Amino acid sequence: MHAVLAAAQTLKAPDLDYFALAPEIVLTAVLVGILLLDVFVDETRKYLVTQVAGLGLLVSLVPVVALAANGADRSMLGGAYVVDNFALLVKALFLATGYVVLLMSSDYIGEGDYYEGEYSFLLLSSLLGMMVMGSSRDLITIFVALELLSIPAYLLAGWRKRDLRSNEACLKYYLLGVLASAVMLYGMSLIFGATGSTVLRTIGREVGGSVGEEPIVTLGIFFIVVGFAFKVSAVPFHFWAPDTYEGAPTPVTAFLSVASKAAGFVALLQLVYIGFFGREEVWGPLFWVLAALTMTVGNLVALRQTNVVRMLAYSSVAQAGYILVPFAVAGSNPAANATAQTAALVYLLIYAAMNLGAFAIVMAVARKTRSAEISSYGGLFTYAPGLTLLMSVFLFSLAGIPPLAGWFAKLYIFESALDAGTAAAVTLAVVAGLNAVIALFYYSAVAKEMWMRPVPDGDTTPIPVPPALAAALAFTAIVVVAVGVYPQAFARLGDLAQLTLR
Amino acid sequence: MTLDGGWYLTLAAVLFTIGAVGLLVRRNVLVMFMCVELMLNAVNLTFVTFARMLDDIGGQALVFFVLVVAAAEVVVGLGIIVSIFRRRGGTTADDLHLLKG
Repeated sequence: MHAVLAAAQTLKAPDLDYFALAPEIVLTAVLVGILLLDVFVDETRKYLVTQVAGLGLLVSLVPVVALAANGADRSMLGGAYVVDNFALLVKALFLATGYVVLLMSSDYIGEGDYYEGEYSFLLLSSLLGMMVMGSSRDLITIFVALELLSIPAYLLAGWRKRDLRSNEACLKYYLLGVLASAVMLYGMSLIFGATGSTVLRTIGREVGGSVGEEPIVTLGIFFIVVGFAFKVSAVPFHFWAPDTYEGAPTPVTAFLSVASKAAGFVALLQLVYIGFFGREEVWGPLFWVLAALTMTVGNLVALRQTNVVRMLAYSSVAQAGYILVPFAVAGSNPAANATAQTAALVYLLIYAAMNLGAFAIVMAVARKTRSAEISSYGGLFTYAPGLTLLMSVFLFSLAGIPPLAGWFAKLYIFESALDAGTAAAVTLAVVAGLNAVIALFYYSAVAKEMWMRPVPDGDTTPIPVPPALAAALAFTAIVVVAVGVYPQAFARLGDLAQLTLR
Repeated sequence: MTLDGGWYLTLAAVLFTIGAVGLLVRRNVLVMFMCVELMLNAVNLTFVTFARMLDDIGGQALVFFVLVVAAAEVVVGLGIIVSIFRRRGGTTADDLHLLKG
């Protein structure tokens, strides 16, 4: 007994930097708070829960800004949890995305016969996982963050419980998500076995040294990249995505295609740039194949779609392909490596704004037409000119037409490939260029339908857009246009948020 | 007779492969579900083996994280399966064909 007590006194609690953890702590408090609030408010006032959740997200943004103003890099738990500029930038991205999704879903969820309080709770839980992901520099932390963001997302995909299509979307997402986690974990176990550590920095040192030559490391890197390829819906691991995106409620689809995908890329950035950087001859070709396949297949299949949500689903698969390009070329030389990192980050930020905007329009139009078929967009300009203009902005931004934000994002991708300068990188840039042309076809098909075709059923009553949805539209549109006009400010943001190697 | 770590790693690899193949081949959702669990347990076995080989407790600690998360996943997964079962009275993946990829 005395021995135990004596030992207890020598126990040293880990040093926690509560300021660095403040955004997560605030978010946790908010999500516990809304769960309790949901129990105590009556059925007619459930919208309060959504409002508190939205307010909570904005409050969590305050410590993120304070940490950014403070500027010091903070590391704790032996380097497993790091708060630096990269982490803060992606945390701000996730919080902003979460807020826009909440704005988009408040009317959708409130009007449908859904559980409103739990919806906000799960959305915030998933966001908490993403926030943790931004700081994870350790295999265990990455795994826990990934599951924390995925498990609520599985449930959200099946939110329309009585709709068989939503059930199916949910089950497919679940099975593939769990398979991806298992594959990724197996890779992690092999990396742990080879390097004897779970901290990415140590792994990076070992993998860069003689241990990195062993086949077990190659296999580990392969499994981890494949696991995340499922998460970011890269071809050939994409087949769950269109089905899940179509069956899930539309705001959830927007959330999955933006935030969940961004979280996968954030994890990949950390793993590749800190953990596996010494073995670029393993992951370089792997990402090259993934990027080329993802862009091409995503765009070609998107051409044939007649449903806007499915088209946007394949378009988001294709967009993931563009984001994979910088990964494929990052290893060739130090200059390319720096540009590649900025390119991936900038693309993620811009893609979030334009894709969320496009989904917000789909939701607004579906309020009247009750359909997501492309043909139902006929003559949208005659009765909803504002929505038509905004949708055109988002679509052409996704296609990469100047002077919209998407153009700048694509430019950066090409620049990273050309900086690398190798034959493989230039070939990939050519593939990306061809794909940008293909993509223009299906994006402009929707625009043509809206501007030039007659209204299918002759019903030209205007579309009522609720204030929350209008706010989401305004926010995303301002970002898309402003970044397109003043890209330098945004590039600076990406440069500041570089991950430090080693 | 003592077995060296290689045997355990091989066993884990075999279990992982059985799980992965089962998940892709079997059509009953519950069986697919069990295959996922098999894969996760193969991962656990790998972690424990490496932890013993490297004499590093970290690997065994990781197994607890995997166990806890797997339990949470099972809860969600069974919930989804039950809700589908209620709607259509069967859980074969082939029945789920409303959405074509």
